[in-house]
Amino acid sequence: MTLLTLKKLRLKYGEQTIVKDASFSLESGDFACVVGANGSGKSTLIKGILGLIKPAEGEVIYGEDLDRTKIGYLPQDIRQDANFPATVEEIVLSGCLGHMKTRPFYCRHEKQHAAESMKMLGIENLAKKSFSELSGGQRQKTLLARSLSATKQLLILDEPSNNLDYKSRKEFYTALKKLNGNGLTIIMITHDLDADDLIGNKVIALENGTATIAKIEEYLEKYK
Amino acid sequence: MIEMFQYAFMQRALIVGLCIAICAALVGISLVLRKNSMIGDGLSHTAFSAFALATVLGLAPLYVALPVVIIASFFVLRLSQSKKVHGDAAIAVLSASSLAIGTFAISVSKGVNIDLNSYLFGSILSASWADVSLSIALAAVVIGLYLFAYHRIFAITFDEEFAKSVGVKTGVYDAIFAAICSCTVVLGMRLLGSLLISSLIIFPTLTAMRLAKNFKGVVFASVVISVVAFLLGLGLSYALATPTGATVVLVNLAVFILALLFGKTRKN
Repeated sequence: MTLLTLKKLRLKYGEQTIVKDASFSLESGDFACVVGANGSGKSTLIKGILGLIKPAEGEVIYGEDLDRTKIGYLPQDIRQDANFPATVEEIVLSGCLGHMKTRPFYCRHEKQHAAESMKMLGIENLAKKSFSELSGGQRQKTLLARSLSATKQLLILDEPSNNLDYKSRKEFYTALKKLNGNGLTIIMITHDLDADDLIGNKVIALENGTATIAKIEEYLEKYK
Repeated sequence: MIEMFQYAFMQRALIVGLCIAICAALVGISLVLRKNSMIGDGLSHTAFSAFALATVLGLAPLYVALPVVIIASFFVLRLSQSKKVHGDAAIAVLSASSLAIGTFAISVSKGVNIDLNSYLFGSILSASWADVSLSIALAAVVIGLYLFAYHRIFAITFDEEFAKSVGVKTGVYDAIFAAICSCTVVLGMRLLGSLLISSLIIFPTLTAMRLAKNFKGVVFASVVISVVAFLLGLGLSYALATPTGATVVLVNLAVFILALLFGKTRKN
């Protein structure tokens, strides 16, 4: 089933066109790695998919049951310093905001969903811990759990393995593989295509503002 | 100590002070955690120039200062999020220009009696019943907003981009926040003056962050600390015949130092 379709999407920052043409579709269960040189527009492309940047032209068509506010997003840099006073549970619960509509408080179902997200990533024992007390890997898993609370269908990650050591990165990728194995569609910006823990089945390559999609093996064969 | 409240001006000071202390603490949490602590300072200087200009022109100071500061806060909050201008530079420009405009207006005015001290250092004991009504209304709006939008405020403060991605209308919240921040600063100037009001915004959050490690705890502790520090400050200033604003700030400073020491002891 097609989950996401981009039709001649053009994205601009001010007067500057960053993505000239992005046209591709993703099926449910795909794991697509977005690659390209620094400044090629990878982050701009995913912000366009998330609706954080309005298209100058073209459109993003979400599949049945998928809503723009129900996409799980893990930004590259959350700007906050490590001393922000928040527990893991508070952060993960904030992923449910897209489901709240105008309600001021989380309902029981949302609290349960957040608890499941933490359990899925094995951080349920950290629920009451402060974000400032976590290791880099635990922080990234917390933010991933927040994204999982936002979605059951599509996860978009912007270079999630940045600042992670080798062991934490391996653990993080293992968690992603497991989630993808459970049917979650994932789009991830990465520079790790040639890593030994290679993941994903498709590649969205950005070159000169144009996005093309290919199977990961075909892409790697081309650049061998 | 209770006998000091037999005077109507002390009753008014108590109500205005409590309302401003609660509002400043709640507004301060987002400002401090979003690294916009100095916005309170910039806005209070803007309020100073608006008050001075209004007095010189013979207009009602509060009705000039409120819209001017609301507009200024909206632009400063926008600028501080922009990547083109450094937020601290924008606030510095606003502060210095506002102070210069206010001072200039006062110096060239002739025949106008302006109490510069009350603008700069506050005069809560001269609060009117109109100030009391405005402060209660402001406190009701700020507390109501926090109760209604607590989880959204948390999400925006922690990670604005993620909040946007899940559909939180961050622009609307920024506009509301700019308005309540301005009202708090303008009314708070009655209490502490333009030079000290930012301390009432910053201190309770900084102290609360030494005591609580979760957002809910910081919100709660910040409000309690702000209220207690105000009550202690007001009582001490009455007993020692010292300026109320400065005494409240010094009590806040003392509580902050105590929290720092407590935090260090707990760590050890």
